Amino acid sequence: MTAAPALAAVRPPRRRRATPAKRRQWIAAYVLIIPFLVVFIAMLVVPLVYSGWLSLFTSQLIGGQQFAGLTNYVNAVTDPKFLSSVGRMGLFLLVQVPIMLALALFFALALDSNRVRGKRFIRLAIFVPYAVPSVVATLMWGYLYGKDFGPISQFFQAIGLGTPDLLSNQTIFGSLVNIVTWEFVGYNMIILYAALRTIPAELLDAAEVDGAGAWRTAWSVKIPAIRPAILLTVIFSIIGSFQLFNEPNLLHGVAPNVIGTSYTPNLYAFNVAFVNQDVNYAASLAFILGIVIMIVSYVVQLSTNRAERNR
Amino acid sequence: MRSARKTATLLGGVAVVAALALAGCSPSTGSGDSSGPVSQADIDKAMNTPTTITFWSWVPDLKNEVALFEKKYPKIKVNTVNVGSGADQYTKLRTALKAGKGAPDAVQIEYQYISSFRLTNSLEDLSKYGADKLGSEYVDWVWNQVSDGGVWGIPQDSGPLGNLYRTDIMQQAGVTDPPKTWDEYAADAQKVKDNTSSYISNLPGNDPGQMVGFFWQAGAKPFGYDGKKSVKIDLDSADTQKVVSYWNDLIQKGLVSTDADFNDNWYQGFNSGKYAGWPSPAWAPVFLQGSAKATAGKWAAAKIPQWNAGDDVSGNWGGSGDSVLSSSQHKIAAYELIKFINNDKESTLQFANKQFLFPTLKSTLADPSFVDLKSDFYGGQQVNKLFTGISDTVDVKFEWLPFMDYVYSSYNDTLGKAISDKTDLKKGLTDWQTAVVAYAKKQGFTVTQ
Repeated sequence: MTAAPALAAVRPPRRRRATPAKRRQWIAAYVLIIPFLVVFIAMLVVPLVYSGWLSLFTSQLIGGQQFAGLTNYVNAVTDPKFLSSVGRMGLFLLVQVPIMLALALFFALALDSNRVRGKRFIRLAIFVPYAVPSVVATLMWGYLYGKDFGPISQFFQAIGLGTPDLLSNQTIFGSLVNIVTWEFVGYNMIILYAALRTIPAELLDAAEVDGAGAWRTAWSVKIPAIRPAILLTVIFSIIGSFQLFNEPNLLHGVAPNVIGTSYTPNLYAFNVAFVNQDVNYAASLAFILGIVIMIVSYVVQLSTNRAERNR
Repeated sequence: MRSARKTATLLGGVAVVAALALAGCSPSTGSGDSSGPVSQADIDKAMNTPTTITFWSWVPDLKNEVALFEKKYPKIKVNTVNVGSGADQYTKLRTALKAGKGAPDAVQIEYQYISSFRLTNSLEDLSKYGADKLGSEYVDWVWNQVSDGGVWGIPQDSGPLGNLYRTDIMQQAGVTDPPKTWDEYAADAQKVKDNTSSYISNLPGNDPGQMVGFFWQAGAKPFGYDGKKSVKIDLDSADTQKVVSYWNDLIQKGLVSTDADFNDNWYQGFNSGKYAGWPSPAWAPVFLQGSAKATAGKWAAAKIPQWNAGDDVSGNWGGSGDSVLSSSQHKIAAYELIKFINNDKESTLQFANKQFLFPTLKSTLADPSFVDLKSDFYGGQQVNKLFTGISDTVDVKFEWLPFMDYVYSSYNDTLGKAISDKTDLKKGLTDWQTAVVAYAKKQGFTVTQ
C-alpha cells in the first residue's frame, strides 16, 4: 500500500444547525421510510421476537404451556430427525448449487458473448421457469415423473427400456435437484448477465488486443470481474437450499412415503407445528436453522474475502 | 452516528413490547355460554334473525343440501367453503382456533378426530339444543362415535368396508365368485396375477384410515381414551399383527401393488385396469366416478373377506359428521343447519343417492328409494342393500386417540413406509407403536397398553 500523504489533522465534521431546508428534507426522508419500517417491524421483527419468546416454552396437550428455558434448543440439536434433515440439505447445497450456478454462468456468458442468435428469446425462455409458481412447477414435475403414466416413463417404455422410478428412495434426491435447478437457473442467470453487462469495455478491448479468444476472455477476464455477483448468487442459493420447503411439500402428495415428515428442516418444523401441534418446538427448530444458515453464509463470505485479499 | 443507534434501540424496544403484548393475548375459547338448555323460543328467534354463517366441508355439491336448508329458513345465509379435505382442513381449523379468529361456525369433522377437538374444548355440546333426542334415529355404532358425555356432532355418513372388484378382470382371471375369506382372497390374488396384467388390489403406504379399518374388522381395539389424561395404545397386538402379516405376505409375493392413493398416478391405475379391486367402503364411487369414469359399469360390490369362514364382521373406514364450534357467534343457526342437512329426509336421500355418501340415519337406510337403487356405476347392482347389511356388522365400540393427526402422519413414516418400500411390515407396525407411545408420553398423557 502506498503511504497516505500526511494530512493536517482532519477535524471531525461538526453538526451544524439544521437549516429549514435541511430539516424539511430530513422529515421527508423519515415520512417516506415510515411505511416500510412499520411493515418491516410488524411483519418481520415482531413475529421473530414472538417466535423467540415461544421457543422458550414447552407445551403439552395435557398440561399446557410452561416456561422451559433452553430445553427446546437442547432437544433440537440432539434430535436425529432434525440433524439428518439439515445434513440432507447440506448435501443438497453441495450438489445442486454448483450445478445450478455453473449452468447459470455458462448461459450468462454465452448470451454475453454475442455469438448466440435469438438472444432475447433464449433469455426469456431460460427465465420463464422462475416465473412459474413453484406449486404449478412441482405439480407439473410430479406428473412428468409419474412412474406408470408420466411422459418420461412413457418415453422409456416406447424405446423399450424399463420404466424408471424417478420418485423412489434412491432417485428422489436427484429429482428434487432437477426441479430446483430448473426453477432457479434463470433467476441466477439474469443476475450474472446484468453483472457481465457492467464490465467496462476497456477490459474486454484490452483482452482482445492481447489476443485472447472468447473462452479465454470469459475465464480470465469476465468471471473475475463479476466475482461479487457470483458471491451474491451463492449466498442466495445457500439460504434458499436450507429453506427448501415448497418443492418437497408438494412432492409429498405424489410420493408420500419417500418424502417423510422430516425431509427438510423447514418441512419438519412445519409438521411439528401444525401436525404435532407443538409450536414451541417448531419455533426453536426455525431459530436453529436460521443460525445454521447464518454460519454457513458467513463462512462462505469470509473464505471468499480471504481469497481475494491473498491475491 | 449516535442518533442512529438511539433510533435503532427505540425501534427494537417497540418491537419487543409489541411482541410481548401479543404473547399475552390468549385466543378466545368461546363465548362462555350458560349451560342451560336452549328454549324453542330462543331457537325461533335465532332462525328469524338475518344471519350469515360459515360452513367448512369438503363434501362435493354440498350446496344442493344447503339450498334446501336456506329455502326453509330464508333469513339464514350459509357460506360453504371447501378449505381442503381431511388433514388439510384440520390443520387450517386448528390454526384458526388457536389464532382466535377465522374459524367457521359449522365444520365437517371425521369421527376419529372428534376427541382431538374436544381436547381443546373447541366443540359445542349439542345436547343443550336438543340433539340428544336424535340418538335413536341414527345407527348405534355411529351415534357412539359422536356422543360421549354430550353430543359433539351430527353424523352424516359412514364407511362400512366392502370389497369392490372389476367383474371383467376377475372373469378373465377365472374367479367366478368374490372371495369369502382372506385365504380365498390370497388365492384369487395369485389367479389374477397369473392370468391378467392386473393386481387384485393396491395397498397404499399413505392411507392409515384403510389399515385401521382392516384392524377394526379383525377385532382389534388399538386406541382408547378416557376423556381425561389416560390413553390406551395397543397397535402391536395379536389381531393387528395378523392383519399386517397377511398383507406382508401378499406384498412379498408381488400379488398387490403398493402405490400411494388418491393421487393422479393412482387414478390412472384404475383407468388402465392396473387394479382389479379395492377393499373400500360405500363412498368409493365418490372418487371413482369422476376420475375413473371410464371404468363405470364394470364394478361390483361384495362383502369384505372374513378371517374365519362363516363370520360376518366388517370394519369402518371414514365417515364424518358435522359439528358446531364453541367459538361460533351463531351457534343456534349453525346447529339447525347441521341438524337439517343430516336429518331432513330429502337432504339425506340426496346425500345418499346423488353423492354416494353412505347414510347413518335409520330412516334413510330403510327408505326404498335408497335401498332399491340400481347403481349404474356397479353395472345395475343394488349396492345399497348390500352395504346396509354390511353396516349392521360393524363392531359397535371402537375408540380413537385425541391426537389422530400425529398418529396418521407417523404412519407414513413407519408402517406406511414399510409397505411402500416392501420391507418387513411387522417391524413397521412396531415402529409405529413406539412412535405413538413416545408422542403421547411427551404430550403428558398416561399411557396404558
